[in-house]
Amino acid sequence: MEVTLRIKRYNPDIDVKPVFKEYAVQVEPTDRVLDALNEIKGHQDGTLTYRRSCAHGVCGSDAMRINGRNRLACKVLMQELGKRITIEPLIGFTVIKDLVIDMDQFFASYKAVEPYLIADDAPSHGERLQSPEQRARFDDTTKCILCAACTTACPITWTNAEFVGPAAIVNAHRFIFDSRDQGAARRLRVLNSQSGVWRCRTIFNCTEACPRGIEITKAIEEVKRALLFEKV
Amino acid sequence: MAYHRFDAVIVGAGGAGLMAAIQMAGKANVAVVSKLYPPRSHTGAAQGGISAALGNTEEDHPKWHMFDTVKGGDYLVDQDAAEILAREAIDAVLELEHMGLPFNRTPEGRIDQRRFGGHTRNFGEAAVRRACYAADRTGHMIIQTLYQQGIKHALNFFDEHHLLDLLFTDEGVCCGCVTLELRTGEVHTIHAKAVMIATGGFGRVYKVTSNAMAGTGDGVALAYRRGVPLMDMEFYQFHPTGLYKLGILLSEAARGEGGILRNGEGEAFAARYAPTLADLAPRDMVSRFIHQEIREGRGVDGKDYVHLDLTHLSPELIDAKLPDVTDFARTYLGVEPKTAPVPIQPTAHYAMGGLPTDVEGCVLRDEMGTVIPGFYAAGEAACVSVHGANRLGTNSLVDLVVFGRRAGRHMLEFIANTDLPPLPREPEFVARAEVTNLMARDRGENVADIRASMQVLMMDKVSVVREARGLAEAKAELADLRLAYARVAIQDHGLRFNTELTEAHELGCMLDCAEAIVAGALAREESRGAHYREDFQKRDDANWLAHTLVTKTSGGLEMRKKPVTITEFEPKERKY
Repeated sequence: MEVTLRIKRYNPDIDVKPVFKEYAVQVEPTDRVLDALNEIKGHQDGTLTYRRSCAHGVCGSDAMRINGRNRLACKVLMQELGKRITIEPLIGFTVIKDLVIDMDQFFASYKAVEPYLIADDAPSHGERLQSPEQRARFDDTTKCILCAACTTACPITWTNAEFVGPAAIVNAHRFIFDSRDQGAARRLRVLNSQSGVWRCRTIFNCTEACPRGIEITKAIEEVKRALLFEKV
Repeated sequence: MAYHRFDAVIVGAGGAGLMAAIQMAGKANVAVVSKLYPPRSHTGAAQGGISAALGNTEEDHPKWHMFDTVKGGDYLVDQDAAEILAREAIDAVLELEHMGLPFNRTPEGRIDQRRFGGHTRNFGEAAVRRACYAADRTGHMIIQTLYQQGIKHALNFFDEHHLLDLLFTDEGVCCGCVTLELRTGEVHTIHAKAVMIATGGFGRVYKVTSNAMAGTGDGVALAYRRGVPLMDMEFYQFHPTGLYKLGILLSEAARGEGGILRNGEGEAFAARYAPTLADLAPRDMVSRFIHQEIREGRGVDGKDYVHLDLTHLSPELIDAKLPDVTDFARTYLGVEPKTAPVPIQPTAHYAMGGLPTDVEGCVLRDEMGTVIPGFYAAGEAACVSVHGANRLGTNSLVDLVVFGRRAGRHMLEFIANTDLPPLPREPEFVARAEVTNLMARDRGENVADIRASMQVLMMDKVSVVREARGLAEAKAELADLRLAYARVAIQDHGLRFNTELTEAHELGCMLDCAEAIVAGALAREESRGAHYREDFQKRDDANWLAHTLVTKTSGGLEMRKKPVTITEFEPKERKY
């Protein structure tokens, strides 16, 4: 079937402002949006620029706005989308070129929550013990692939560059609720600050945007409760 | 030109590269180069598990793991390396746990383990639970955990830098690399005492592959162009269960948890070929079983696929242990694995071959084992060789952490005892000339067309089953594609984030890898592991119990043999 992709194009070295360009492409209904982008790049316009790698929704490279929603281009099939499809870069960060956004602020926020196990008691031999129930406590937030779909779906992020954003909170949650970790207090201090969890207005955009199905709003609420009741 | 000086530069930030970098953190000044962001590396797509004879759920021993690795590799494995792999796997898995990796747990709180293809107890008696896992996203957890450690240790990441060239002194000492910074288009020279290639595999030379689009063999190909030999390139593993037409991997864990392959008649055919392990026979064999079924007309509806049947497993088990792979079937094929079988076909998955190294990760110049000073490799880009002619499931992740770790530690020693070698004159000359050449034409051959032709011919003639005529045709067609590639034109002539340029560069790298695969496959006139020759159907230990080394010289390709290290297990016929 033939579909038309309207893609927001912008190369700051050449263009005064972003413009939509239209591309007609032959696709199979079961093709991914990424397949259509590859077809355009390969045979119509080699200058079209986007990030991609694994092409099956696990590496987190190709998050973009597809018909107004943040999705992974490799995880959306053409049959879901109709004949005219609008593709734009994620909102809230500077566009480097076309669908490629500047990820510096995103990774800076991620780093701010100290996203690594903080524990000084590694046993001399064998593993640390953790019950299946303790392991299940933070399972959902281990799924994050750092694609930025959630953070760039959040209206608070759009208007407040200081807000750490949902992805950073998800990755803080992953450690705060890990029974092996001892750094909860440090992370909670960061998340209790001006730019922390209290900026969240419980809009659920992040949860809707997550391609991994993480219940992000719930995770954020759990962090808020941990701060309020000092219970982890 | 941007110039940087480091003690060591690691190219590739997947499992092997990060594991090496973490060993060196705080003790040396290390640059970590990735053409992606590190957590996007393809290690993250690994699903099923990482084997180690922890014995947490049943008796197990490193010696059994070593034996399975050797036998799984059809006795082409270097047994000294396999012994290290099996022994240090235990330490490496525990180190990952100490770093915070969230493994699934037993009721007692220990790391849980499950069955995987070719892993057995007591030298082949029956399947053993050896694979440590985190649902079916073990690789995701490894790459996340290692990246987290990289942040903790404040590693010097060069994110979104594309490798353009490797630098050697006139004496053949490795002294750095040249990269293209995607964001600016600026060329960087990274000058270092040690360089490690951890750029992963090159599955994208095939049409149907589980590999990421980034899997284009850049580091392997650029070393090959610089005269470094490649080892055992003919051994390319096809994973039995890729999603039909797409090649997306459905982990062997699906069969480890009880999934069954069925042909068009509904028959569970694997047991007919491998009575003891059936569906859990090693991958090379199961891929050939599927190929045979399809060829004899027992594909589903007479087509070129069979079914992976999980419908008899409990929905709770599927949700708990196979959530991602079942989601792939739903998302991409619209099939609900709890109630319907999933169409699958073998998919190009893993290069057993690569840059020849010793057990410390030092790259070798020749069949005598002469080390190239300052040049290291680990992970899928390297060939130690612990996988021989066919890798067992989970052993890629073991390889990454065990030999990534060893390479990192050895580099630390090396750089402490060596001076910074001088750069060659005009270090960026080759890299810049290539970029200029790729940008030079407005009209010419199309990158996507050449790439597609290569992928189709490799799939048709150099995949699960090979024979001389097809391989000779592949060689000639690849030579034609290389001529076309010399006239390639791209539209994007800008500096900023020019992925059309990097794709063109990657295509050149893939053509090199494909050439080496075909050369090895033509030379090896026997069938062993993943290399199956229709015209030489038997393993031939008298002539071919040896690694191949292929070297690019000005006079063409040179093929040599390197002896296999055999310590404990004499080659036997491989039955399962």
